[in-house]
Amino acid sequence: MEVGQGITLAVLSIHFLVGLSRAMILFIVSSGLSFVLGVLRVPNVAHGSLYMIGAFVAHSICTALGGGSTGFWLALFFSPLVVAGISLIAERSLFCHLYEREHLMLLLFTFALMLILGDLTKMIWGADYRSIMAPPFLQGSVSIFNSPFPKYNLFLLVIGPIVAIGLWLFSNKTKVGKIARAAAVDREMVGAIGINVSWVFAFAFILGCFLAGLGGALVSPTISVTLGMDHDIIIEAFLIVTIGGLGNMWGAMVGSLIFGITQSFGVLFWPQFAIVFPYAAVVVVLTLKPTGMLKSVW
Amino acid sequence: MFGDMVRRKSLGTGVALFIVLLIAPLIIPKFYIYILAVIFATALLAMSLNLVVGHGGLFQFHHAAFYGVGAYTAGLILAKTSWPWWIGFMAGPIIAALTGLVIGMFCVRLNRLYFGMLQISLGSLIWAIAFRWYDLTGGDDGIHGIPMPEFISSLKSSYYFVLIILGVCLILMYLIIKSPFGTTLQAIRDNPERCAAVGINVRRHQLMGIVVATFFAGLAGVLFVTVEGSVFPDLLFWVLSLEIFIMCLLGGWFTFGGPILGAAIIVSLRTFVGTYTEYWTLILGIILILLIFFLPEGIMGYNFVEKFSFRSKRTSASRVE
Repeated sequence: MEVGQGITLAVLSIHFLVGLSRAMILFIVSSGLSFVLGVLRVPNVAHGSLYMIGAFVAHSICTALGGGSTGFWLALFFSPLVVAGISLIAERSLFCHLYEREHLMLLLFTFALMLILGDLTKMIWGADYRSIMAPPFLQGSVSIFNSPFPKYNLFLLVIGPIVAIGLWLFSNKTKVGKIARAAAVDREMVGAIGINVSWVFAFAFILGCFLAGLGGALVSPTISVTLGMDHDIIIEAFLIVTIGGLGNMWGAMVGSLIFGITQSFGVLFWPQFAIVFPYAAVVVVLTLKPTGMLKSVW
Repeated sequence: MFGDMVRRKSLGTGVALFIVLLIAPLIIPKFYIYILAVIFATALLAMSLNLVVGHGGLFQFHHAAFYGVGAYTAGLILAKTSWPWWIGFMAGPIIAALTGLVIGMFCVRLNRLYFGMLQISLGSLIWAIAFRWYDLTGGDDGIHGIPMPEFISSLKSSYYFVLIILGVCLILMYLIIKSPFGTTLQAIRDNPERCAAVGINVRRHQLMGIVVATFFAGLAGVLFVTVEGSVFPDLLFWVLSLEIFIMCLLGGWFTFGGPILGAAIIVSLRTFVGTYTEYWTLILGIILILLIFFLPEGIMGYNFVEKFSFRSKRTSASRVE
């Protein structure tokens, strides 16, 4: 281990940017999880599976259309919709009958969903490693501080804030978003003034899952798409929403930044234990602020 | 008086079952002896989880971490040091309980879901360390061929060892649940505010409960090492934690022996269904959904007498709804 050897400001900045772009993916996935947590108060364990399905569907659409630029954009557009469709079916056929039950049952239901979706993915796509190409103008890298930085990561750095602003506008400026936030605080009151809470829940669930699918589609050009990516992401997303403050969208942003950047610097300083750094950061944050950095909605 | 009769009856069933299991290895083939031994270790794990979940009402979401800590501690001491075997066997549960104490101190400050989330974080930290520390833990390969002491080196002797430890632990757990401490824990589960109001230190009792449960979980890990002779990071993975939850749910949360039944069903299903299809988790998921919808109190919690007897029992049946 050679810490301090050849680590210049340029290397640090590049790792910072890589961590930042990783944080954008994490943010998109965990903001969806956080939204579901805030409104339904259920930690959706199946969120990671939907992320994985998003990546696999993106791969299928992309290869079916020849892997070109159009293929990628259509995949980016349609695979979150496919994931949202899957979650709509699961929600309306099974999940919506359970809202009256205790939390543990809801949690275990999403776990059952994760087990089923994981095996269905294995049935449909198999256990191979797959990868898709970014569209030509996002391939290759640009030079930042004389070091190469992938263009696709720059694209992620643009997409992340767009999603964040879109989500903020949605939940603060639209009527549906306001109702969803109100239902998060006091669902009985929302029901009492004549709003169909069940559909508000359905909508929140589907939106959260849509974001999972979007994250999966966005990540697919940067990693190999394979089974088991659901297990990794869901724990990371859980930790992010916990340190950010449950149900708080900006908390998910803060948590993602902490997670992405510590991971990236971990790779730089101590590659073997890079995976441990973000977890340790989580422990530090939770020791200092047990309920997360920002205010939780409940 | 009725309760007394039921208790005597279930005690009788337990003793009869124990005797059958004592004789069983003389008759059944080797493979089934192995499966039974795995069931015993898993049953102890599920029972220990139920101590805090069913009886304590805590969201102990990452119980497998403590199981893994116990297994890894025993495995490492047996494989990498020349210390006598009993140090490893004792260190397993003790280190697990210490881990439970540290993690529990962080967790009990928080309420319900936050408790669970924090525990998943801390448990995953342990998993990540075990997963990456190749020099010590063997990383994702784990450690295989852990040398066992002479007296439990054969399958049959390890079967008896595991069975006897399980039996002793069940008696201990029963005594703990029936003790003033155990009943206080159940009271806290049902109404924490009122318990705090009458002067019970809620947090300390919950922490104690966690330490006891993690001790038994660590012991279950040691039993697993005895049977399997190896450790690997999946023992600490959060998916296993939720599987143990299913076992408790399947057998019945609020019963004493329910988790044993649940563990037996899940382990044998996994073994026998797993030989026919690679889509075992799909079946597990479907079973879980059916359970949630139709049998939320578990097999043993579902009071057959109450449900299937005459209409005079309606009032007590509606209580369940």
